[in-house]
Amino acid sequence: MSAEKLASLHVGHPTGFVNDPTDGTGPWVLPSQRKVGVICLILTESALFVIFVVAYVYYMGKSLNPPFPRDVIPFPTKTPWLASFALFGSSFTIVYAEKMMHKLDRKGFLIWWGITMALGAYFVFYSATEWYELIYHEGLTISVNVFGTTFYSLVGLHLSHVIVGLILLSIIFVLTLFGKIPEDHIEHTEMISWYWHFVDGIWVVVLTLVYFISARY
Amino acid sequence: MANGTTTVEQEEEYTPPPPERVGEEPGSLTQIVQEMVYTVDHKKLGLMYLGSGLVFFVVAGIMATLIRIQLFFPNSKFLEPDVFNRFFTMHGTAMIFLVAMPWVFGFANYLVPLMIGTRDMAFPRLNAFGFWVFLFSGLFLFSSYFTAPGLYNAGSAPNVGWFAYSPLTAKAFSKGHSTDYWTLSLLLNGIGSIATAVNILVTVFCLRCKGMTLGKMPLLVWMFLVTAFLVVIAMPPFSACQIMLILDRYLDANFFDTQAGGSAVLWAHFFWIFGHPEVYILVLPAFAIASEVIPVFSRKPIFGYPIMVAATVSIAFISLGVWAHHMFTVGMTSVGNTFFAISTMIIAVPTGIKIFNWLGTMYGGKIRLELPMLFCIGFLFQFLIAGLTGVMLAVTPFDWQLSDSYFVVAHFHYVILGGIVFCLFAGFYYWYPKAFGKMLDVKLGLWHFWLFFIGFHLTFDPQHFAGFLGMPRRIFTYEAGRGWEIWNQISTIGVFFQGASILFFVVNLIYSYIKGKEAGDDPWDAWTLEWATTSPPPEYNFDRIPEVRSRRPLWDAKHPEDPDWKFE
Repeated sequence: MSAEKLASLHVGHPTGFVNDPTDGTGPWVLPSQRKVGVICLILTESALFVIFVVAYVYYMGKSLNPPFPRDVIPFPTKTPWLASFALFGSSFTIVYAEKMMHKLDRKGFLIWWGITMALGAYFVFYSATEWYELIYHEGLTISVNVFGTTFYSLVGLHLSHVIVGLILLSIIFVLTLFGKIPEDHIEHTEMISWYWHFVDGIWVVVLTLVYFISARY
Repeated sequence: MANGTTTVEQEEEYTPPPPERVGEEPGSLTQIVQEMVYTVDHKKLGLMYLGSGLVFFVVAGIMATLIRIQLFFPNSKFLEPDVFNRFFTMHGTAMIFLVAMPWVFGFANYLVPLMIGTRDMAFPRLNAFGFWVFLFSGLFLFSSYFTAPGLYNAGSAPNVGWFAYSPLTAKAFSKGHSTDYWTLSLLLNGIGSIATAVNILVTVFCLRCKGMTLGKMPLLVWMFLVTAFLVVIAMPPFSACQIMLILDRYLDANFFDTQAGGSAVLWAHFFWIFGHPEVYILVLPAFAIASEVIPVFSRKPIFGYPIMVAATVSIAFISLGVWAHHMFTVGMTSVGNTFFAISTMIIAVPTGIKIFNWLGTMYGGKIRLELPMLFCIGFLFQFLIAGLTGVMLAVTPFDWQLSDSYFVVAHFHYVILGGIVFCLFAGFYYWYPKAFGKMLDVKLGLWHFWLFFIGFHLTFDPQHFAGFLGMPRRIFTYEAGRGWEIWNQISTIGVFFQGASILFFVVNLIYSYIKGKEAGDDPWDAWTLEWATTSPPPEYNFDRIPEVRSRRPLWDAKHPEDPDWKFE
């Protein structure tokens, strides 16, 4: 087929592969790029966490020397109840923030979003004090035994995600504080809340595994 | 946008903005470099992927040639043992991560948006990010030759093999910084790969032109979709491996330190949880190219489209559960051995279905033996043998005998070179006219094909026998009188045929760019959307976003009296 003949068959031509636009099939609807992108990101991050979780499970109870989990994070006295409560709570407050955002209520959004950030920040603060305690008083470091290695890498990987989430939350907070809620950016903000829910979901796994299950070893 | 959907308008008009030119007149070197650095165009990035992959291919190929020269004579002193170790490590690492992966992503970048009828990838800047991260990870890895000596002067390039088994990588056994170069550059490389894979997934799900439902996508797009899914799932374990290794080496963590209760076998598990899907990450794009080339040159639509898609998806799923067949010799339980032997054999079923479908497509077709088709036929033939030796190695007791022997080397080179690279070359010949508007020269191409085909078989067929005779892989030399000489010597001679063929290929790429025959828009009389635009396509790909009704939109366009959509 010559180039000219091909060109004549180009899009829009009735005999071309672009068929009649009045064929009544309706608009062509595809999922939002942003949503699919964030789902892919969550998928790939989950795969990363799975490996660290598997490493933790594999080495549970295999430490050759103290400190052991039963000494340093015994259930239920050293379980991070309040910090977990704060983090899980932030998943609810962020939903309220989103509701305010859809209503274009800037003040309400800022309040709920601010509470979410405060709860997240408390979680980070608690982890910092916990780690300080573990390192300086209990002598648990990343190199002391396999519990230390897997504990700090798994909890630390999660913590790094909380910190990234907090940075994203503060960007939105500051932008809204000095501006308004741009209607065409509502979905962007929603995506950050998806990420925040993901970080919370990971904490369900980490909390159960590290502080509930492995705490008796 | 707030309702979470994108609506593609039917008559989307697009006028490209006038390109901003800074600096000298168009066509000057500064202009070209500037364009390369600034561009976010999927076609330019695709070509940059393919081009830089080709450079690494030549470098890693030269390393392989030197390895083969060393093994020509027994007790040879051509290369020092250390140099030999560095060469096989860099050869393996570069061929997988700096040649095969960028070629895969190059084809994906160039073809996927064109084939689904859109103007660019979903996230063009992320796309550019992925490319530059890949390129610098490669340059970083190779810079180890100049910068890695470090402490104790024990450095230079990595020498721990491409799967870097623990505890060889521990600080105690790998002093200096060579292993750090390996692990950091592959961590970087993984980030780039994941970014590009996410981009492909989003592009395919969200940017298909009107009428192109998932069931009407070209098979190539389907297979790249599954590949991208595998990258997203299987690459993070590899990154996790690298993070753990860095923690072990720098913070004295104990992941792989046996004396502190860690486990060296865990590295092997984690590596192969990535490593085996990686084989399918590389081979599915090869299948993708074959699935486009074989129908066009057999003048028949692909045989069994839905089965091909189903086979692709099941290969991807099963491939996540076969990794430990690389590790039969570490001494797993018999339950573990049996599970991984059976799952490995099962994966041959969907793969076999594909081979039958390609044969079914060719059967009764009007076959045109053009260069892309030649390479695909070579692929079918060699990939079948590769699959058969694969099933042999899946039999655990057989693997105990031949694991880490030259039989394994021959097997995976059959897969990667005889299977994947043959298809990628078919892709180069098939789409070069689209990318540059010139046909690749047939005479030079035939030289390339036959030299490569002969060289490939001369090199890798004898290695099966060397393996049977007990020659282990990665030894830098061997004693005379073990019956290995003749196989090694044939193998080394074959490498020079391959080297010459690659020379013909590179010359052809340049020669045809300058003096090649004009290709026109649709030189192969093909059926997918990329041939509906000009060669090379404009930056915006299509004047208007096309709309399709069948799997072969261009067939419908050329044959309005007998369109496919009436029968699908």
